[in-house]
Amino acid sequence: MSANEETVTIEVDGSAVEARKGEMLIQATDRAGIHIPRFCYHKHLPVVANCRMCLVEIEKAPKPMPACATPVAEGMKVATTSEHALKAQRGVMEFLLINHPLDCPICDQGGECELQDVAMGFGRGISRFTEGKRVVADEDLGPLVGTQMTRCIHCTRCVRFLDTVAGQKELGGMFRGEHMEIATYVEEGINSELSGNVIDLCPVGALTNKPFAFRARPWELLSFPAVSPHDGVGSNLSLHTLRGQIMRVVPRENQAINETWIADRDRYGVEGLKAEDRLQYPMVKREGQWHEVPWETALNRAAEGLKGVVERHGAAELGGLLAPSATLEELYLSARLLRGLGSGNVDHRLREGDTSDQAHAPLVPWLGQSIAELEEASAVLLVGSYARHEQPLINHRLRKAALAGTPIMALNPRRFEWNLPLAVEEAVAADQWVQRLGGVAQAVAEQTGGRLPDSLAAVAGPIDGTAREIARRLTEERTAAVLIGNMATSHPQAATLRALAGFIAEQSGGRLGVLPEAANTVGGWLAGAVPHREEGGHPAAAAGKAAHEMVAQGLKGYFLLNVEPERDLWNPQAARTALGEAEQVVALTVFADDTLREVADVLLPMGAFGESAGTFVNAEGRWQSFRGVGEPPADARPGWRVLRALGTVLALDGFAYNDIAEIYGELAGRCQERCPEPLSYPQEVLGGTAIAGDGLSLAGNVPIYAGDPLVRRSEPLQRTLIAGRLEVRLAPATVERLGLAGGTERVRVRGAAGSVELPWVADAAVPPETAWIPAGLAGRAALGGPFGKVAVEAL
Amino acid sequence: MTEQSVAEKVLSADQCRRIDHWLAKFPDDEQGRASAIIAALHILQDDNGGALQRQHVEAVAAYIGMPRSSAFEVATFYSMFHLDEPVGRHKVNFCTNLSCCLNGADELVAYAEQKLGVRQGETTADGRITLVREEECLAACTGAPMMIVDGHYHTHLPRERIDEILDGLS
Ligand code: SF4
Ligand code: FES
Ligand code: FES
Repeated sequence: MSANEETVTIEVDGSAVEARKGEMLIQATDRAGIHIPRFCYHKHLPVVANCRMCLVEIEKAPKPMPACATPVAEGMKVATTSEHALKAQRGVMEFLLINHPLDCPICDQGGECELQDVAMGFGRGISRFTEGKRVVADEDLGPLVGTQMTRCIHCTRCVRFLDTVAGQKELGGMFRGEHMEIATYVEEGINSELSGNVIDLCPVGALTNKPFAFRARPWELLSFPAVSPHDGVGSNLSLHTLRGQIMRVVPRENQAINETWIADRDRYGVEGLKAEDRLQYPMVKREGQWHEVPWETALNRAAEGLKGVVERHGAAELGGLLAPSATLEELYLSARLLRGLGSGNVDHRLREGDTSDQAHAPLVPWLGQSIAELEEASAVLLVGSYARHEQPLINHRLRKAALAGTPIMALNPRRFEWNLPLAVEEAVAADQWVQRLGGVAQAVAEQTGGRLPDSLAAVAGPIDGTAREIARRLTEERTAAVLIGNMATSHPQAATLRALAGFIAEQSGGRLGVLPEAANTVGGWLAGAVPHREEGGHPAAAAGKAAHEMVAQGLKGYFLLNVEPERDLWNPQAARTALGEAEQVVALTVFADDTLREVADVLLPMGAFGESAGTFVNAEGRWQSFRGVGEPPADARPGWRVLRALGTVLALDGFAYNDIAEIYGELAGRCQERCPEPLSYPQEVLGGTAIAGDGLSLAGNVPIYAGDPLVRRSEPLQRTLIAGRLEVRLAPATVERLGLAGGTERVRVRGAAGSVELPWVADAAVPPETAWIPAGLAGRAALGGPFGKVAVEAL
Repeated sequence: MTEQSVAEKVLSADQCRRIDHWLAKFPDDEQGRASAIIAALHILQDDNGGALQRQHVEAVAAYIGMPRSSAFEVATFYSMFHLDEPVGRHKVNFCTNLSCCLNGADELVAYAEQKLGVRQGETTADGRITLVREEECLAACTGAPMMIVDGHYHTHLPRERIDEILDGLS
């Protein structure tokens, strides 16, 4: 008998193996390192036992049993390599190969194919099957996943993944028996934001990485650990390179973060690395003309430019706008450089418009819990978040929680296409958001006997049924999570929304968390890339201007770290004007689009994701460092090296680092307390601007593939149906009121500073009197920030 | 177009009522509702000249709340559903599975094919008879060889019976 109540002891191939009660045999043997061949089994997918490759011999059982679907039992005696077991395994292998083509030499899976590997071990040298093999027509599943369906062995891993993990079952096993085909039938592709995972799951070469097709053989590739640069999850990746060139990305298992999955943008973001507007050489502008110059010239020119602004106008006229997807080291050196020049105008909060609570903000705006802990929350309230497109793998955790019965609720400026059941989904017009969240706060206070502080009570709306419902579920148990999403963070009253969310979390005894937008949103706070705090959160001598202030007020000189003015900044219209009118704009950048070429004076090419070493701090406060493994093109250099050189040219103290480890060590030393808990914000109204005026309430979020310069240039991602296009979505009632039906396909949308013509779409998910227009897309700049008021007119 | 609107566009009030009749027989959860799919597809097929079109399957999936791909799995799996294929006024299914095969089903199929001038899976040019695609066991082994004509079982078939039955179809 086994000593522990929870375990049983079984015997596998003559040795004793401890197994957990009720688990399947294959789980125990996997843990014990005993290999059993398999195709359909996967530890994160439901068991179907349809491939029969895992047959083993079990004492007293007359027939071989599938290890993936046979629960362990005390005293069970298993033989995985006995004559009987091997005979069964060989038999299955022979059946599986009957219809599988012998096209390994032209198959992308060759060299990393589970079927090939298992066939080497269990297959016959010569096939006894002389009849014709079946052929299956390939289906176009979209720009990401390539198909060669004749190779499919019907393990259904792809079908089960899309159904149970991605929550969008677009593939199925069509037809029957020998005619079975894995297909969508409707031929509309697979459109989940996690679709690429089916490539890794497919044990054969039926589903492959489409853009990577025929680029390299697996055995030619070198593999290096990396961390995704596209969101605050920090998914663990492996980068595969061939002769210094980045060829593809695959997931690296980390159960605490991304399990075995990655989002499509983590996988296909690298397709943007070779975009045409990739900056190859340092460039300076002379009399309106760009010239490629040696690094020395460019650095001298950049240094003179920045110093000149300070000398002529004072350091307060210089500002640094830093990408939140930059590495910790790049952000730290950039912030030091600006402070070294005497300017406190440093910020990485590029998409924020209300930072009035910053003085009392926590050290870092983090998730308030670990990513895995999200699954344990008793209830979740999302305030301004479409997590599915903003942090896909955090959404995956929420989905798991929802399927296990946790009520997930959302108070957003519109409804979205979730892949999880929401207990409450309330769409509130963006100009009513503070009132409505205030109503929820009042309802929570009513339940708990608490009292909403006066300044918040003054802006809170009445308690309605929805507010009561949300409050009831949040206060049922004291382990709820209130999560502030990207849309709330970019709202012009973000600080008030944070204050209310903080009150709600505190009163309900739950945790407050922020869903960070970019890979290093959290890291930027630690690196001193905020105007009021230096590295490690130490208060700055004098607070400088926040990003939105630098843009709105217009400075004489700017330093840009991988920023695209029209797409990355909160108010692209004002950004364009401010940068255009500045005397000096120095941009350290991976790409240089037309707008940047127009406004900048010096362009310094930097290494992109995968080409520079560095560190990201993810949503849960985890520091993850990685090496630079791809070669930057031409004269581009890792950002930290450029910044080190620029600091040296500027004769600033303390830029003589020998390597990046020194930068990391110095910063880490100044951030002793890396992630405090819990998260709290001041519970009062400190500033922000209510959305007022006539017209429709403008609202929008950043589409899934528009968040950073690299992902925007990934052509396969941009061709997906979920990439988001520039259009205005209106509630059917609004369409009717405006008399648009039957009229032209386009409308004029007039904002405070200008107007654009856009196609319109009627969408019942949008609340009445809202104009939903995605942010972060080219061509909407004239409308200014993501929220506000606009007029929509028929053309 | 939203999923709801596909159902609204394709299903009549009467069809919804008949599907509801079946839905009521199963538990009102995801799996229970999915159990009504076969009955629902039959309703749509019967009302649409004996064959299903893509939109019928989509509408049923939306109406009972199951993934579209799962509904197509069902509609393509069973030979009793005729998805995206034209059918004749009558459907004739020959069983060619084990018991029937041992009792000479293959010759009967060959005979019927020759008589009608179409292969299994095809419809006569005059739109009179569809010879349904090759079948799995039709659950009448004791009466092998057998065929089903428009839902009616005919067992212990000699050739003459086939002539008689097929000639009697208008
Ligand atoms: S396509 Fe690949 S993963 Fe999907 S069923 Fe076929 S072999 Fe399995
Ligand atoms: S792995 Fe067990 S049956 Fe497929
Ligand atoms: S084999 Fe024909 S009815 Fe069973």
